[in-house]
Amino acid sequence: MNPWRTLWQNNRGKLIAAAVLVVAVFAAYARNPQIVEAVLASSLRQSIPLVLGALCGLIGERSGIINIGIEGQMLLAAFVAFLVNVRTGNLLLATVSGVLVGAVLGFFLAFMSVSLRIDQIIGGTVINMLAFGLTGYFYQVGLVTKGKFTPIAIPGLADIPVLGAMFFRNPPLTYLTLVLIFVVQFLLYYTPWGLRTRAVGEHPRAADTVGIDVYKMRYMNVTLAGMLAGLAGAYLTLEAVGSFERGMTNGRGFVALAVMIFGRWNPILSWGAALLFGFATALQTQLQFMRAVRIPHQFIGMLPYLLTIIVLAGVGGRTRPPAAVGQPYVKE
Amino acid sequence: MRSVILSVTAVVLALLIGAGILALSGASPVAAYTALAQGAFGDAQAWQRTLEKATPLVFSGLAVAFAFKAGLFNIGAQGQLLLGAITAAAVGFGVEGLPAFIHAPLALLAGAAAGAAFAAIAGALKVYTGAHEVITTIMLNYIAINLTDYLADGPWKDTSPGNIVARTPRILDTAMLPTWGPIPSGFVLSVLLAGVIYWLLWKTTFGFEIRTVGQNRHAARYAGMRVARTVILTMLISGLFAGLGGAVETQGVVGRYQPGFNVGLGFEGITIALLAKTHPFGVIPAALLVGAMKAGSSQMQFVADVPKEIIDVIQALILFFIAAEFLLRRLLHLQPEAGEEQLVLSTGWGSGE
Repeated sequence: MNPWRTLWQNNRGKLIAAAVLVVAVFAAYARNPQIVEAVLASSLRQSIPLVLGALCGLIGERSGIINIGIEGQMLLAAFVAFLVNVRTGNLLLATVSGVLVGAVLGFFLAFMSVSLRIDQIIGGTVINMLAFGLTGYFYQVGLVTKGKFTPIAIPGLADIPVLGAMFFRNPPLTYLTLVLIFVVQFLLYYTPWGLRTRAVGEHPRAADTVGIDVYKMRYMNVTLAGMLAGLAGAYLTLEAVGSFERGMTNGRGFVALAVMIFGRWNPILSWGAALLFGFATALQTQLQFMRAVRIPHQFIGMLPYLLTIIVLAGVGGRTRPPAAVGQPYVKE
Repeated sequence: MRSVILSVTAVVLALLIGAGILALSGASPVAAYTALAQGAFGDAQAWQRTLEKATPLVFSGLAVAFAFKAGLFNIGAQGQLLLGAITAAAVGFGVEGLPAFIHAPLALLAGAAAGAAFAAIAGALKVYTGAHEVITTIMLNYIAINLTDYLADGPWKDTSPGNIVARTPRILDTAMLPTWGPIPSGFVLSVLLAGVIYWLLWKTTFGFEIRTVGQNRHAARYAGMRVARTVILTMLISGLFAGLGGAVETQGVVGRYQPGFNVGLGFEGITIALLAKTHPFGVIPAALLVGAMKAGSSQMQFVADVPKEIIDVIQALILFFIAAEFLLRRLLHLQPEAGEEQLVLSTGWGSGE
């Protein structure tokens, strides 16, 4: 069936809600364009690591591997990207090293869950603890970065009201992420790789019977997916913040899993979910900045985590994960 | 016996790889480990430090291990522990005029209740909405951090002159837990409670229900067990132990609640629970091992100039080798024992049961 049509049929409520939100944003824009543009641009920035993490998670889960180590993959990648930037000042090289760190940890997760058949949640926890420990051990106070990615306005498009500020005045990794969302969507639904991936995640035995190498698919996909988590880490140090702090991922890797679930393991829907989370964060920052609310900042800081719990509690409908997720596959 | 061999092998391998990392980063592994051991066991004071560090870890290890028995992964022991720590502090400084034999237990109970209530949220969410406890407890950790930061910097802040940092006032002497020689009374309590958990799990009907739910939820339901109730109660008891761990840390060592003082204790509980193969009596030596590493790490940093975060790396490696039983059994040519319980956690996410 046409995936776009399925998308509409399964998510009518969410899509209508999104449309209402868009209309509301335009109405607000008429009254106060600068603030709306600032909040929207910030929403997108906040959504980037979340959607990358969610893509990483969903590629893994679509192939049957739960990845709870995204947080650790992001953290270690952010750290290494930062170090390479400090040493060389080459942002491209720094990005590539972050991506590679993500891939290595992804491969390690695949090794643990496919070859060693370690419980996948424990495997992810190992990655998180390892990343936390290694970044703590090798971290030195006082390292200064050599710059970060700066926004590139796309001529013409950047001047569109609202959308221009949100989508077309961004640094390169943001553009790359936006492209990747659609690339993963395309790969997952329109290519043999995507069909095999989904088969491996839903019914590995059947996939095996028709000649798909389940182990190879899982190794490959979790490693590739790790690159996306690595990119998210690189984004944090090279584009968003510009430097590294201990534990700077701050739970984004876990929130990304909620984003993935809310997005029903679908790249584009996950992006929508990530934007919603980003919007919540951006809005609270703006409200605090304007001193519009007199709530202690710690309560506002809880917002993304509360939102995650609400999403997981099934507000917006029950969801169905890939059938074979979490189960090690043993060849006969 | 075989599980002991596996655990010891895991620790040895983790220490060896840790030595490799130390050597690669230009430090001397021998000097580092020697300083670590001296800081942990060198004299009576070092022993006391080790026991003090191990005490909250026994509690958080028991919390995680207990939840594992029902097939639940309580990654939220950290948050439950923080709430326990701050609640015990609040009772410790806020309630006046009680004799020590009432005040100290009252503060302990308050901390335990806070942890239990917080963990029960995750249990209820799992049962009634299908939200997986792994993610909800992690999210609750972040919520707990924010909540305790708020309390320690807001309504429960230490307002004595000169204080600018976020922390509660010092608790009254009547709420402090005594130390007998080098042995903190909290440690004795933790050992007693390990015994209680053993009794609960293997000598009571409720314990049988917990273990059955952990082994096969569907079979448990088919046998007429109340799975929902068991899940919520298990989380509640697990949180109770984590909360107690926080309370004991406040009343036995720190003397107040201060953000940043209890970081990591809940996560270390995961390593400890698995190192103990989720057996309550195994938790004690496992917590002692991790406690010794923590107690010695300052000396290691001071004498051998090695950042103490290396022990976090070693702990992650211990967890890896423990989980990689498959690998270890091959290395050691060990067959699985008959009737050994398997741990299965990664069931689907939002799918309910």
